[in-house]
Amino acid sequence: MVRKPMPRMHVVRTRPAFYGFKQVTPLKLLGALLMVLALTPLTNTSAETPKQGTIAFHGKLDNGLEVVVVPDRRAPVVTHMVWYRAGGADEPQGKSGIAHFLEHLMFKGTDTIPAGEFSKIVARLGGQDNAFTAQDITAYFQRVAKEKLPDVMRMEADRMANLRLEDKDVTTERKVIIEERRSRVDNDPGSLLQEQMMAALYTAHPYHTPVIGWEPEMRGLMRADALTFYKKFYAPNNAILVVTGDVEPEQVMALAKDTYGKVNANPEVGGPRRRPVEPAPLAEKRVLLRDGRVGKATIERYYLTPSFSTAEQGEAEALQILGHIVGNSNTSRMYNKLVRDEKKASSASAYYSGLGLDSGRFGFYAIAAGDVKLEDIEASLDAVIKDVIDNGVTAEELERAKTTEIANLIYSSDSQQSLAHTYGWNLATGRSVADVEARQERLAAVTKESVQAVAAKYLDRKRSVTGYLIPVPSQLAKVEVKPGSNAGTFH
Amino acid sequence: MNLFIKGRTFTRNALPIALLSILAFAALPANAMQIQEITSKKGIKAWLVEDHTRPIVSLQFAFQGGAAQDPAEKPGVTTFVCGMMDEGAGDLTSEAFQQRLEDLAAKMNFSPSYDHVAGSFQMLSKNRDESLKLLKAALISPHFDAPDAERIRQQLLANLKVEEKDPDKVASHEWFKLAFGAHPYGKPVGGTQDSVSHITPDDLHRYVKRIFARDNVKVAVVGDIDPASLSEVLDSVFGELPEKSDRMPVSNVSWQDGAKQKILQMPNPQSVAQFGFKGLLRKDPDFIPGFILNYVIGGGGFSSKLMQEVREKRGLAYSVYTYLYPLEHTGIFAGGVATENKEVGHSLDVIKSELERAASDGLTEQELKAAKDYLIGSYALRFDTSVKIAGQLLAIQLDNLGIGYIEKRNSEIEAITAADIKRVAKRLLDPKNLIVIVVGEPEGVKEVGL
Repeated sequence: MVRKPMPRMHVVRTRPAFYGFKQVTPLKLLGALLMVLALTPLTNTSAETPKQGTIAFHGKLDNGLEVVVVPDRRAPVVTHMVWYRAGGADEPQGKSGIAHFLEHLMFKGTDTIPAGEFSKIVARLGGQDNAFTAQDITAYFQRVAKEKLPDVMRMEADRMANLRLEDKDVTTERKVIIEERRSRVDNDPGSLLQEQMMAALYTAHPYHTPVIGWEPEMRGLMRADALTFYKKFYAPNNAILVVTGDVEPEQVMALAKDTYGKVNANPEVGGPRRRPVEPAPLAEKRVLLRDGRVGKATIERYYLTPSFSTAEQGEAEALQILGHIVGNSNTSRMYNKLVRDEKKASSASAYYSGLGLDSGRFGFYAIAAGDVKLEDIEASLDAVIKDVIDNGVTAEELERAKTTEIANLIYSSDSQQSLAHTYGWNLATGRSVADVEARQERLAAVTKESVQAVAAKYLDRKRSVTGYLIPVPSQLAKVEVKPGSNAGTFH
Repeated sequence: MNLFIKGRTFTRNALPIALLSILAFAALPANAMQIQEITSKKGIKAWLVEDHTRPIVSLQFAFQGGAAQDPAEKPGVTTFVCGMMDEGAGDLTSEAFQQRLEDLAAKMNFSPSYDHVAGSFQMLSKNRDESLKLLKAALISPHFDAPDAERIRQQLLANLKVEEKDPDKVASHEWFKLAFGAHPYGKPVGGTQDSVSHITPDDLHRYVKRIFARDNVKVAVVGDIDPASLSEVLDSVFGELPEKSDRMPVSNVSWQDGAKQKILQMPNPQSVAQFGFKGLLRKDPDFIPGFILNYVIGGGGFSSKLMQEVREKRGLAYSVYTYLYPLEHTGIFAGGVATENKEVGHSLDVIKSELERAASDGLTEQELKAAKDYLIGSYALRFDTSVKIAGQLLAIQLDNLGIGYIEKRNSEIEAITAADIKRVAKRLLDPKNLIVIVVGEPEGVKEVGL
């Protein structure tokens, strides 16, 4: 009966699956919750390519569809994914939520598949399917026995071009996404705070707007809006096919040619993805959410940073290592100072989230111990930041962080789903197969100096939003936003 | 065609993988997967699947016992113990222990449930022996020092504070309380503010002495390790535990007749409802038909009846589901839905009528066939990573299903007939005794049977 929290960037079509029979009460619940919120999909699901093992095949069809295949022959199953280079940040003004709404509607029907049958057919094949939407991508996947791969490829290729939507299905599904918003956001003051903080972090860039959508705009989303988005972005030359598991690249290429190869390219799509540019940050912002539903006072802080896609060489990896040293575990600086030494917080952490196409962020998080004031916790958090900027990190911390981050790559190579996720995400956000396969090497190249340098450069209050989640007896949520002024241009 | 194939020639002849299809229920879930039962010199048993393609080893184990063994007045001890396992052991303090784990890139996690304490230990094969010394120390000589216990207590108490405002957690806790009352299953695994405040390091030590033993541990290992090495590992990690555990007898649950419905007010725009009634023990001969029934009613994602009726046809919810939860001393058939406050009554009516329909009619041949196709065809998906394989091997041991279970499981499902389903549906599905908890500001429902 425990619903697992989902990574914030994703909006998934179904509730997280209930996998087993055993009820697991998460240990150190808030720590675990934070890990999920904090972990970027990259470190969460990142793939290692051990020399003896997985090397990705990368090909392309004539119509522009990129194909990535990573063989893993240990079980006779495959993971089949299609990633579109389109997400929440590509939506037209006033239509927030349409990328995710379309993702739901893609399960309705096509010329050959009756409405509502897609997932039932996959289930009859012994397969599992789902989809998810983030700011920069929308992805669809099926997991099936290897001999069913041709069937799911045919079906996924079919709905790339032949979606059919009835008004009544659209009306019903709109209610579903509004219920989804209530479950994920409106019922949870912690999510509401994060939504407000993202809106404050980005002034002009569309990462300002939540992927699920603002509720008033969601209510106005129509069949025509979904189809417009579909026609604009869903085409083979704006997509990446990823297949991992018990397959040969030649087989996948041949099947892809017979299925996706028959879908026409869209000449209007596929160029550089241009979005409103975020102006240079000038003023720190604070967001205070007072809500009767808050269990414990909590502080979060976000800083604007580059992402793996936008960073200068080595900066994103240095930020990843910085995140580890400052806040990844119970031996981190945040935990040691705020929890072990000062006992101001019951948990404390920090993380780098670097998977965005246009921007990344560095985050801090702490839950108050007892009745400690958030201002007191914030002072300690600022002391942690000042210390790392002034004095850098130790050689021992650097080694430990690298060991864990590199081992995480090896651990995640155990999962064909993780491999598919990693290659798909990276290729859909402007990175290459070579970038994915160079991650170990690039992490190993991080130095104490580069970690201190990114801390000094990016952990600057001007770039930040600080959020307080404050318990109050009143039942009504009140949000105060104090935006700073913004001017100038971003680099 | 614009092909970039690294050092390979692309030919059309490599295509027809569809021709390789084999009867799904005859297929082994993993390629050449072989389970070996290893018995160490000291008699500790483990199931092993060797996989030398990745330089990692996954070790999963569980001690039978769990939160049902918490002292009656101190629920939460098991959870507290799990939270303390990496807080210092042997000659290492809390921080030194955790740093050593990180230096070796080993991952250790303990998780509590009503019937077990489960441990998961992942390590790089090159650091295997050094990593396992930490696991051994945690099991044999955990410190539970007062300052560390105090810090973890604050964390557990903060978690409980947050859970008090989390509608899913509140609904779940209240459901177990209403269904099981004074039985250990009626108490929250994580304890209460009051109980967690009073648990002492001595309570933790006493629990470990009673529960961490050799006669109640099950072990599963997958990865880069051979049988001879595993045999030594078993003796070194588990060999110094007491031979026998000291568990209190736990009675079987006796269920009371009658529907119950309880409402807890919480100022949310959406209500969370959890519902359920008596289910099946895993060893019950009707478990497999019950499992199929659950899949069709609410366990099967988009294909399920509840998903169709509540979400696809009516748009009442994003999430609606059921599951079978077999415990040691009873079984549960349970489910949940989250829906706009004014639609709670409507949603629950739809769910109840689906349960009633299935109770009286069972499943159609078509529904049964579709369920079998999925359950049989998807079994292999549970075996595609080391961690998942180890989890399956452990669960099969805990459920006492035997080492040959994986090979016969699909034929057990295949053998079920519509008549079996109809009989079991009548026995299992019991909407007259439905226990429902609603958390929110629901409309169209009232409290019943309290």
